[in-house]
Amino acid sequence: LSRIGDELYLEPTESGLSLRAVNSSRSAFAAFLFAPLFFQLYEPGSAGPDTELFRCKVHMKSFLGVFRSLPSLEKSVGKCLMLLKPRASRLVLQLHCKHGEYRRGQAQRGPAGTASCPAEPLSPLPPGVTKTHNLAFQECERLQAVFDTQRCASRLCAPARLLAEAVVHFPPTLAEVTLGTGTGGKISLRNYVEDEAEPSKTMVTELWLAEDEFQSVAVAPGSHITFCLKEFRGLLSFAEASNLPLTIHFDEPGRPVIFTLDDTVLEVHLVLATLSDLESSSQSPSTNGVSHLPVPSDDFADDLESYMAAMETSEGCSEGPPSPTFPLRTPQPAKSKPQEEEEEEEEEEEGAVPGTPPAQEGEGWFRSLFFGSVMTPGRPGPATTQEVLAEDSDGES
Amino acid sequence: MRFRAKIVDLACLNHFSRIINTIAKLAKTCILRLTVCKLYFILSDKVANGGASMWCELSQGNFFDEFQMEGVAAEHNEIYLEFVPENLWRALKTAQSAKAVKIKLTNKHCPCLRVAVELPSLSSSSRVVTHDIPVGVIPRRMWSDFREPSVPDFDVSIYLPVLKTMKSVVERMKNLSNFIVIEANLSGEMNLKIETDLVSVTTHFKDLGNPPWASEDGCQSSAQGRDLESMAEACIDIKKLQQLLAGQQVNPTKALCNIVHKRIIHFILLHEEVSLQYFIPAIA
Repeated sequence: LSRIGDELYLEPTESGLSLRAVNSSRSAFAAFLFAPLFFQLYEPGSAGPDTELFRCKVHMKSFLGVFRSLPSLEKSVGKCLMLLKPRASRLVLQLHCKHGEYRRGQAQRGPAGTASCPAEPLSPLPPGVTKTHNLAFQECERLQAVFDTQRCASRLCAPARLLAEAVVHFPPTLAEVTLGTGTGGKISLRNYVEDEAEPSKTMVTELWLAEDEFQSVAVAPGSHITFCLKEFRGLLSFAEASNLPLTIHFDEPGRPVIFTLDDTVLEVHLVLATLSDLESSSQSPSTNGVSHLPVPSDDFADDLESYMAAMETSEGCSEGPPSPTFPLRTPQPAKSKPQEEEEEEEEEEEGAVPGTPPAQEGEGWFRSLFFGSVMTPGRPGPATTQEVLAEDSDGES
Repeated sequence: MRFRAKIVDLACLNHFSRIINTIAKLAKTCILRLTVCKLYFILSDKVANGGASMWCELSQGNFFDEFQMEGVAAEHNEIYLEFVPENLWRALKTAQSAKAVKIKLTNKHCPCLRVAVELPSLSSSSRVVTHDIPVGVIPRRMWSDFREPSVPDFDVSIYLPVLKTMKSVVERMKNLSNFIVIEANLSGEMNLKIETDLVSVTTHFKDLGNPPWASEDGCQSSAQGRDLESMAEACIDIKKLQQLLAGQQVNPTKALCNIVHKRIIHFILLHEEVSLQYFIPAIA
């Protein structure tokens, strides 16, 4: 959760304790729901007829600070108690240690005259040291992103290890990745190159996974989504560590992608905004089932004769021959759509709107997820159209 | 103009990747020259590189199971490409358990080296990862910029000390100064010196040995008839030296340097299947 946001939202509910986080541009949301069974004791408190169960948010760093150094915690802590004290405005975390700390003792003569090693506790401190941390919290509204896995057209389920192995081929700093479905049931992952980046300078990596590597595949053919890899990596490491299969629910570009992990006592949701189609259609069409064959065939145009001819005639120009007329979206030299390409089909750009400059942080064209202040169940989800759900006022124009 | 090659043997792949890693540490961008028998990685001594230049050559037969190339024209059967070696290194880095790696020159949107890595997977078909590394094709008229540099008329030629030792010495010196002086003589002695306002440090190496150079066409090189004890030196950018040493992951079969007094130091690192020459000019 700390990879997503700086504040940890705690929401006790009847069905368990929910820990949530959202990022500053509101394009990523994660929720971990721990069922009551996860805990030795779980008392969410009582909600009156008019009041809701109390919820709050704390600084992520303060909370994490309590659990610093997991290996030593695992050895020394027997119980951890979390108490929400609304009136004192404090979230209390108590770590009950199993035993006191040891003092190094002197070597002792053991039986038959052998010396024993000095690490044995000779004079342990009384057991039951309790460390109490009082964290200040802020009251907050319920943090809930709008999403519905049922309404997603596509679903993939894979062991976390598979996805971790896939993601390793991409550089750690890569921001966005495109997940797509190709022919033969292959699933592809590809790094997303922003429009502004020079195509002749950026390396493109693409990976295909076979359908049978997944636990289940139910995808709409030719679909693709682009989302932020950095935020996903956090969940992926958690999934790998807990050895849980990861399910990816997605729909059309622009609609959020939902990653879920399920366990008997834990339910995790990670919701990420995805690039909407307007901006991503200038990408090499990976939606088009034909353009990316399952195994890269040997017959793409490797004949550089025409290219060389063009180069010899133009003075020191390193771009390819001019592209056919194609609506330019940026003032850059157009990406030359290959003329003698055998397998790529051109996709019609339906009235492409000239792009507006991307927002900061390289979030580009991401639409924000809609965050209601209080969501009442049963309210229908937001518009099914592509229109912007909720924009940051200082974000994209 | 075509190029395609394939590596199947994991040891060859590993070795090739290590060479690319070394190159990536020395140059942000460099030239890949392909001929029927060899690959060359060339960095020419432009000001942008701080004047350093590099020439690395390897025989394709030692690495590739398949290697086919067709140059720009029959009488110029070579290809010169400008690329970022770091990209190639990244593509090969995660291919260390691959069943096969294919490299091919393509031109989809722009000229690229397409590296296709076939990885083993639990499913019936292998996993395939492709990396499209953009390259710049160097036109024939510019090829003369990238000719093999000749061995300079050096004053002293000497074998380098054990690279690991030299590397750790240089790394520590790098914290103190931006420049390092390498001096050596024909009696197998070499000193590495740095000097700042506050401190000067010298590390002495001896019994290094001097390689015998057969002089071409029998004429005297400036090294002959030279006083054996007299030192030739050059002051160079320490960072460049450190990059060269850091990039060596395997001990070379032979490592030596030729010093042209106060002009340039020419390093030669020879492995069984690859040779690397690196020139660092002296700071005035």
